[in-house]
Amino acid sequence: MIEVSQIKKSFGDQVVLNSVSFSVKEGESVAIIGRSGTGKSVLIKHLVGLLSPDEGSVRVDGQDLVGMTERQLLGVRQKFGMLFQSAALFDSMSVHDNIAFPLRRSGVTEVAEIDRRVEEVLGLVELPGVGGKMPSELSGGMQKRVGLARAIVHRPQIILYDEPTTGLDPVVADSIDQLMMRVRDHYKVTSIVITHDMRCARRMGQRIIYLRDGQVYLDALADEVFNSNDPQVARFIRGEADLKEADFS
Amino acid sequence: MNAAKGELSSFVEGMGRVALLACEVVRSIFSVRLNWAEFMKQMHFIGLKSQFVVLTTGASTGMVFCAQTFYQFHKVKMDTATLGVVGVAMTSELGPVLAGLMVAGRVGAAMTAELGTMRVTEQIDALRTMATHPVDHLVVPRVLATLISMPLLTILAWATGIFAAMILAGSLLGVETAFSLKHMYFYADEEDILMGIIKALVFGLLISLISCYRGLNCGNGAEGVGRATNEAVVHSCIAILVSNFFLTLFLRALLYQE
Repeated sequence: MIEVSQIKKSFGDQVVLNSVSFSVKEGESVAIIGRSGTGKSVLIKHLVGLLSPDEGSVRVDGQDLVGMTERQLLGVRQKFGMLFQSAALFDSMSVHDNIAFPLRRSGVTEVAEIDRRVEEVLGLVELPGVGGKMPSELSGGMQKRVGLARAIVHRPQIILYDEPTTGLDPVVADSIDQLMMRVRDHYKVTSIVITHDMRCARRMGQRIIYLRDGQVYLDALADEVFNSNDPQVARFIRGEADLKEADFS
Repeated sequence: MNAAKGELSSFVEGMGRVALLACEVVRSIFSVRLNWAEFMKQMHFIGLKSQFVVLTTGASTGMVFCAQTFYQFHKVKMDTATLGVVGVAMTSELGPVLAGLMVAGRVGAAMTAELGTMRVTEQIDALRTMATHPVDHLVVPRVLATLISMPLLTILAWATGIFAAMILAGSLLGVETAFSLKHMYFYADEEDILMGIIKALVFGLLISLISCYRGLNCGNGAEGVGRATNEAVVHSCIAILVSNFFLTLFLRALLYQE
């Protein structure tokens, strides 16, 4: 379904992604983990064509996104839903209009149908009745949930989650994890989660891809990764700093 | 010297990219359904809410220009030609240029800041992932609303400028209003009005395209948005002043059959 092949991406002199390759099958749930600054968010933006690689290819259902114009990409993006790190709700629109936006874009015009589906997903993310509020009136966790509702309302084939639990307290992070699992199991969608939250990775990832220094260091089933004897992987999973790597100069 | 060269090269490169944005806008206008809700919102913000600042600028400029012209013409006993000069200047030059500069400051800055903030908070990326082209959803309504509003605001600047000048000339400067109006009708032609409208359309296009381009391509963080907003206003004002000179020469050759 998604095939990333040998992609390289640099910003100025800084190489962010260096020959990254992996593939994700239909219905699979993959967690991409790695330390901050290893290019996880840059990678996820390549999957939906928000960024274009300097080299390599990104294929979605056989279509190579590299070289497509912005208008050609619009068709491919209809297959995606994305939850952004900052939720990225439109602050000039109410919660209802935010969630209704992708529905209207996908051609649903009947007001009753839009209202019904908006309420349905608001119920799924346990926020019934907040449709009339503005995003600025919601807490960070509620904004994430509305972002999730917006990402799933048009029933996409693939959902991308960019750091879904970052900046949330453990209880709210747990509720977001559970919602993502509910969406994965309820809609049977392909899910790709970018995270450095190990609990989130463990719950969401049937397969784990560990990114290190802009490269795929390990791509394996979740149990193999979490029981790995590789010192780099084990330290990252336990959240232990390697002081030899630290630069105090 | 190098800094000035860098500024100039960045300005020229930016204008090239603005031209590409203009092509995308034209393509969108003819192929994608207009976002009417956003268009009406922009009409309200650009057209309706700019009236006060344009009205004040028009009236103030009309009165000052009238007074200065009167003091010079009075020396050669041509008092009643005052309103004729004010009429020609307001319709073909001062009206569109001043309305353009005011709209660039009020509307252009707001457009860039809004789109820039949307960019840094990933709202533009969110729009793109929802299969929506930012040009269709954000730029086209703003460009069309500015294109429609600018001529109307320019007409408002003319009307208030000329009316304020007429009141000043008739009541305080002692100029005979009937003769003044006759001279104004004699000197100000339809071509002056047409020139003013064409200039207003061009300025509206420049302001909206430059402001949207700067907003969609601003740097990161609050500093990036601030810098983009500043550049949008400065570049819009420069573009208005430079294009005004060439438009005057071009339109004069095109419209005025001597």
